[in-house]
Amino acid sequence: MSAPAGPAALPDRWSKPRMIRNPVLRWALWLVVAAYIVGTIATLPIDWTRVSEGFSRAARIFGGSIPPNFERSGLLVDGFLESLKIAVLASFGGVLISVPAAFMAARNIAPLPVFYLGRALIIVARSFHPVIVAILFVKAVGFGPLAGVLTLIVYSIGFVAKMLAERIEEIDFGQVEALRATGAPYLSVLFYAIFPQILPRLIGLSIYQLDSNLRASAMIGIVGAGGIGATLANAFGRYDYDFALAITIVIVGAILVSEAISGQIRKRI
Amino acid sequence: MTEQDLTTRPAPLREAFPEDWHRYTPRQQMARYLGLLFAALVIGWSITSIDVIWEWVWDAPVQMADLFGRMVPPDTTNLGTILLVLWETVNIATIATLFAVLISLPVAWLAAQNTTPNRATLWLGRIILVSSRSINTIIWALLFVAIFGPGIVAGIAAIMLRSVGFVGKLLGEAIEEIDPRPVEALQATGASRTKVILYAIVPQVMPTFWAVAILRWDINLRESTVLGLVGAGGIGLILQSAIDTFKWQEAATVLLCILGLVLLGEIVSAWLRRRIL
Repeated sequence: MSAPAGPAALPDRWSKPRMIRNPVLRWALWLVVAAYIVGTIATLPIDWTRVSEGFSRAARIFGGSIPPNFERSGLLVDGFLESLKIAVLASFGGVLISVPAAFMAARNIAPLPVFYLGRALIIVARSFHPVIVAILFVKAVGFGPLAGVLTLIVYSIGFVAKMLAERIEEIDFGQVEALRATGAPYLSVLFYAIFPQILPRLIGLSIYQLDSNLRASAMIGIVGAGGIGATLANAFGRYDYDFALAITIVIVGAILVSEAISGQIRKRI
Repeated sequence: MTEQDLTTRPAPLREAFPEDWHRYTPRQQMARYLGLLFAALVIGWSITSIDVIWEWVWDAPVQMADLFGRMVPPDTTNLGTILLVLWETVNIATIATLFAVLISLPVAWLAAQNTTPNRATLWLGRIILVSSRSINTIIWALLFVAIFGPGIVAGIAAIMLRSVGFVGKLLGEAIEEIDPRPVEALQATGASRTKVILYAIVPQVMPTFWAVAILRWDINLRESTVLGLVGAGGIGLILQSAIDTFKWQEAATVLLCILGLVLLGEIVSAWLRRRIL
């Protein structure tokens, strides 16, 4: 009688199965990755004399910025309120457009062509960095807060519509079927079966987006789309580094505060 | 039970199953209305006091259509250069993510409550994370352009410093959430601190580590498309010069290339996530 083949064939040491079975392929892949990293880093154009000058330049910038100068706090407050208004309006407009967009982009309720259209809208809104979108809007509608609001509306759609569409795809479909079985029209199904299920998520997302719009509105001002970023860019351009530092401190502080507030509100919902 | 019994039910029963069901208590309802009112007031204040010329708002669709009209058809004469710079953009994102991940490992170890040596190092870790995250990439880029001069190196440094906060924070949270039992088991055998980290902590946070690194690479790809606007290398530089010289058709090509790059990045990161996790 022959010994059972099973245990004898097992190795003494167990090792995790590799992701890529073929060892040649595996090592070749590692080699390619290593070559890419070494190659890219080795060809970085670093001009060390430029860098050593750069450090004194950076020291000058920092030296010029300390202590922060809060003298023109009127300008600071105005810029900040404008950023806040931009963020509020963009969040409102963005959420308003995101709701239908999310319904379009939810696989379980939208017909296939509409679904593709909705997804394409979200993908395009998400792909471009807000600064790029801001440049385009500034060129189209001129400098100022309007360009900022439009930019952040696009930015909000990219995030809110995407997350909301995912939430709609996860709803309990029993309620939709129940309403449909009573012969309810499409809009009634929407309002009584789907909306109550996604509302808490919608509110949470809106508050999160308000917070992140406030953050982004500080950044897009640098390319002329209004708000505190515009004030910051002006201060930097005029070498008012002490005022620029004051603005940066206020931005960081405001972001921390708004993060704390929005965290609190989202916890309660 | 008769009809009579139902209407004269004892009070606790009536309270638990009221005849008229409401989803919210009057108090919750009130809070919701107040919240709505507050939101409406803030929006109203913003609309009425924002410094916008309203004629421009109504004119905006026309202007946008005009802009898009100028972009068609995209001009592909410079496609070779654009693709080359696009590759440079990918390099910025990849190398910066690589360095950021390496740096964030010790920072995460400092910032996690269960691995940090003492309270002072915990705060050191937290300060590094917060300052990295609260300063925008563009601002980091401005600073590094001043130090390194315009170019790809400033871009890599900016993206790297911004990413450390993100990766370190998520990794630190993953370390805090590990199952403490393997750590205790190893400690009970008298294993050294390094051994505990290598054999009890690292294997547990490995999946999160890869997930976060891939996610950040994806984000960095998008971020690196705008670095050129402040002179820190990458595709943004070409976009900026095309826009400044009103070469809208070339700008359209650049935008399409960026769209393609981001989509490709999303596909690659989704594939990696499936393979590795």
